[in-house]
Amino acid sequence: MSTMTTPVLEARNVTMRFGGLTAVRSVDFTVNAGEIVGLIGPNGAGKTTFFNCLTGLYVPTEGTVTYQGTVLPPKPHLVTKAGIARTFQNIRLFANMTVLENVLVGRHTRTKEGLWSALLRGPGFKKAEKASEERAMELLEFIGLEAKRDHLARNLPYGEQRKLEIARALASEPGLLLLDEPTAGMNPQETRATEELVFAIRDMGVAVLLIEHDMRFVFNLSDRVAVLVQGEKLVEGTSEVVQADERVIAAYLGEPFDGDPGATEAAGADAADAQSTTSTKGEGQ
Amino acid sequence: MTDTTTRGLIPLPLPAARALLLAGGIATAASAFLAWTWTSEFPGDLTISGYPGGLQWLTFIAGLLTTVFALAAYDIRGLRGLIPARNNAPLVLTALGGFGVTWYTVVSIAAELGGLANLEPGGWVAAIASLLPVIGAFALPEPRTASAKGNLKAYLAKPDGIPAPAPLSPWVERAIITVATIVGLAVFTYGIDTEYGELFVGYLIVVVFAVWAMHTAGLNDRFSRIVARNRSFTLAMGFAAAIAFPFTQTNDHYANIGVNILIFGTVALGLNIVVGLAGLLDLGYVAFLGVGAYTAALVSGSEFSRFSGVHFPFWAAALTGAAASLVFGVLIGAPTLRLRGDYLAIVTLGFGEIFRIAVNNLDGDSGPDLTNGPNGIPAIPDLKFFGFNLGDAHDIAGFTLGRFANYYLLMVLIMAIVVLVYTRAADSRIGRSWIAIREDETAATAMGINGFRVKLIAFALGATLAGLAGTVSAHVTYSVVPTPYQFAGSTPPNSAFLLAAVVLGGMGTVAGPILGAALLYLLPEKLVFLQDKSLLAFGIALILLMRFRPEGIIANRRRQLEFHETGQLDVPETTTLTGEPAAVTKAGA
Ligand SMILES: Nc1ncnc2c1ncn2[C@@H]1O[C@H](COP(=O)(O)OP(=O)(O)OP(=O)(O)O)[C@@H](O)[C@H]1O
Ligand SMILES: [Mg+2]
Repeated sequence: MSTMTTPVLEARNVTMRFGGLTAVRSVDFTVNAGEIVGLIGPNGAGKTTFFNCLTGLYVPTEGTVTYQGTVLPPKPHLVTKAGIARTFQNIRLFANMTVLENVLVGRHTRTKEGLWSALLRGPGFKKAEKASEERAMELLEFIGLEAKRDHLARNLPYGEQRKLEIARALASEPGLLLLDEPTAGMNPQETRATEELVFAIRDMGVAVLLIEHDMRFVFNLSDRVAVLVQGEKLVEGTSEVVQADERVIAAYLGEPFDGDPGATEAAGADAADAQSTTSTKGEGQ
Repeated sequence: MTDTTTRGLIPLPLPAARALLLAGGIATAASAFLAWTWTSEFPGDLTISGYPGGLQWLTFIAGLLTTVFALAAYDIRGLRGLIPARNNAPLVLTALGGFGVTWYTVVSIAAELGGLANLEPGGWVAAIASLLPVIGAFALPEPRTASAKGNLKAYLAKPDGIPAPAPLSPWVERAIITVATIVGLAVFTYGIDTEYGELFVGYLIVVVFAVWAMHTAGLNDRFSRIVARNRSFTLAMGFAAAIAFPFTQTNDHYANIGVNILIFGTVALGLNIVVGLAGLLDLGYVAFLGVGAYTAALVSGSEFSRFSGVHFPFWAAALTGAAASLVFGVLIGAPTLRLRGDYLAIVTLGFGEIFRIAVNNLDGDSGPDLTNGPNGIPAIPDLKFFGFNLGDAHDIAGFTLGRFANYYLLMVLIMAIVVLVYTRAADSRIGRSWIAIREDETAATAMGINGFRVKLIAFALGATLAGLAGTVSAHVTYSVVPTPYQFAGSTPPNSAFLLAAVVLGGMGTVAGPILGAALLYLLPEKLVFLQDKSLLAFGIALILLMRFRPEGIIANRRRQLEFHETGQLDVPETTTLTGEPAAVTKAGA
C-alpha cells in the first residue's frame, strides 16, 4: 500500500510538566497510516500522560500534535472530530446507559441533529437517528455484543466492557485509534480475541496506537514499538530491535532509576511470557 | 407448613391467620359506619351512626382494600391477579394502612378533645377491628432469619422474579389505563379537596400504604409494562385527566391549588432537564421563573409597570418572558458552566440570590427604577383570548369554571408543551450527550461532545421553560414581588423546593417531578399546623427518602438499576430515555 508511509499522527517535541515533575519529555513520535504501533514502558513512565497530550485532555507544556497535516487544538472534542478516538486505562463507559446508547454517543461527531431538530422531529431527524442506530448495530456486531444492546454498560463483564469501549471509539469513525492497555484484566482467551480485533480494526483502514504491559501481545501485534522510560523515548523500532535492546531490559529491571516503585515490579522485556498485568495506577485517564 | 423455619411472628395456624385478616378487614370497613365520638367538634363529624364521615371514609376504604387483598390470598378466582407476586407483603401493608389511619383518628380525637372519654363505643370497636388484620398478617408464615430486623423485612419484601403476565389484548390494556386514570384523578382530587389537616394526614397514610402494597404485590411493575406498551395513549389519558380536573371542582380555591401545582410542576420539570439529564446542580433555578414573571408583568399593561403603556397580547408576553429567561440563562451559564460539581452549585446559588436582591433594589432609590423594589408590580390585568376573559367565571356545559380554573387550563397547555419538549429532547442526540456528560464528563468530551456547549444548551433550555411558566404565574397571582424567588423558604416555589421536588419525585422522569411538586405544594398548604416546623419536617422526610428510596418515588428505570443491583432492564424493547410518561395519572396514584 502506498499509504504505508504517510504519517497520520506526528507529535513534535511534546513535553508535559506537572509542577516539578516532567511526566513526558520532548517526545517526537509518528504513526503512519495503516500501522499498528505499540507504546511500552514501566509503570509511571508517562504513557497515559502522553496519550492525554495527544487527545487534548492535557495541554502539553511544549510541543505540537499534528493529525493528517493539521495541528490539533488541545480540546478533546475537536481532536475526536478531527479523527482520533481513544479508550481509557480504567474503563470509562457511560455506566448507566445501555450498550447501544454508549455507541450512539460515540457517533456524536458524525451526526449533527441539534435541539431544534430533536424538538421538531422532522423526517431528517428520524432518518439520521435510524442511520446512527444502524451504524451502531454494525459496530456491535463487529465486536460481538449485538445481543446485549439493551443491557446497561455497568452490567457487562469486564472483557465486554473493554470491547464496548472500543466500539464506542470506533463509532466516531476515527483514522487513528488509541488504546490504553486494552487487555488489562483480561484472561488469555480474551487477550487473543482482542488481538484479532485489533488486526481487524487495522484492516478497516484505521491506524492503531496501543499502550500495553502484555509483552507477547504487543510484540505480536505491532509493526513498530516505542519504549517510554521516565517520560523520554528510549528506543523505537521493530519488535526484534526493541526486544534485543539492553537499555530496555535495564529500564524494566529498574536499575537506572531511583524512587520509581512501579518499575521494579514489571517483568523484563525478554520475559515475554510473564503476562504482566501490573497494578494499573488510577491516574484518571 | 412443614418447614419449621417458616412460621409467623405471631403463633397462629395459617387458616386462623387468614380468617383473622378477612374478618378484621370486613370489621374495619364496617366500623366506619358507627359513631366514633359524641361531639361534632372534631372535624368531619364522626358522630353519626349508619353513615361514615370524614376520616371514617378513609378507614372504610382501607378496610375494603384489606378485605380484597385477603380474598385474593384465598385464591378467589378473578381476584388472584391482584397479587402476582403471591407474597404476604400486600396483606401486611394494607392491614397496617387501615390500622394506621384508624388509630391516627382515634388518637387525634382523644388528643384534640382532651381524653379517651370523648370516644364513643364505636371508636373503640374501630380501634380493635383495625388491629385484627395486623395480628392476622403477622401470623402469616414467613421464613425466619436470625435477626428481628430480618424477620420484619421478610414481611415487607417484594420478591424478585415475579412471573411475567400473559399478554393482554390492546383493548384490555387501554381499559386498564383508563380505569387507572379515573382512579388516579379521583384520588388526586380527593387529596386536593381535603378540608382540614387531619383528613390530609389520614389520606396520606392510606395512599402511601396502598401504593406500597400494590408495589410489593408487583402490580405497579405490571402497570408500568402496560404503560410502556401504550405510551401515547397513557399520555393522552393523563392530559384528559388533567383537563377534567377543574370540572370536578365546585370551589375555585381548589382550582387555585391546581394551577399552582401545575406551575410548580412545570418549573420542576424544566429543572429536571438541568439536574436529572445533564447532571448540573443548579441551586438558583427559581430566578428564571422570576425573570419570566417579571418580564411578563412589565409588558402586560399593568399601570404600575415601568412600561405601563406597553400591553402585549399573551403569546407575545410569553415569548418575551421566555426569551428574557433564555438570555439570563446564557448570561449566567456561560461563565459558570466551566465549573464542575460543587463549584457550579455554589455559583448558581449566588446568582439566584443576586436576582432576588437586585429585583429588591431596582426601585429608583438604590438603583434604576425597574421593578418597584419590594412592592413589586401589582394589578397585572387578566388575560383575554378572543374576547374570552380568563378573569371571569364562565359556564361551560353546565359546569362553572372560575378564574383559577381558566388559568389552570392554560397551564395544562403550557405543561403539555414542556412535557413534549422534555421527552423529545431526552430521546435524541442532544439528550444522550447530556446523560453522557452526567455519567462521565471526561469520557464524554473524549467522545467528541463539546461539554460546555451542550451544558449551556441544557441550562438555557431549562431557563426558557421556567420563564415560560413564570409568564403565566405572573397573571395568576395578579402581581409579582421578589420574595418567592429565594433559595429556601417554607412555601414553594423556591430553589430548594424545586430541587426537592425533582429528587423526591424521581430524577430523569417526567411524572416524578410533577408528583414531587404536587406533594411538596400540598404538604405546607394542608398541614398548616406544622407552620414554621414544616421545613424541619421536609428535611427529615427527604433524609428518610434518600435512605430508603434514593431513586425517588417514581424510579427512572436506569436509576433504579443504579441504586438496586438487579440484573436487567424491565422493558428492553423501548428505547426512550425517560421513565414513565404517565404524567398526571401517576401524580394521583
Ligand atoms: N494530572 C497529573 N498531575 C500530576 N502528576 C501526574 C498527573 N498525571 C500523571 N502524573 C504523573 O505522571 C507520571 C506518569 O504517569 P502516567 O499515568 O502517564 O504513567 P503510565 O506510563 O501510564 O503508567 P502505567 O503503566 O502505570 O499506566 C506519574 O508519575 C504520575 O504520577
Ligand atoms: Mg497508564
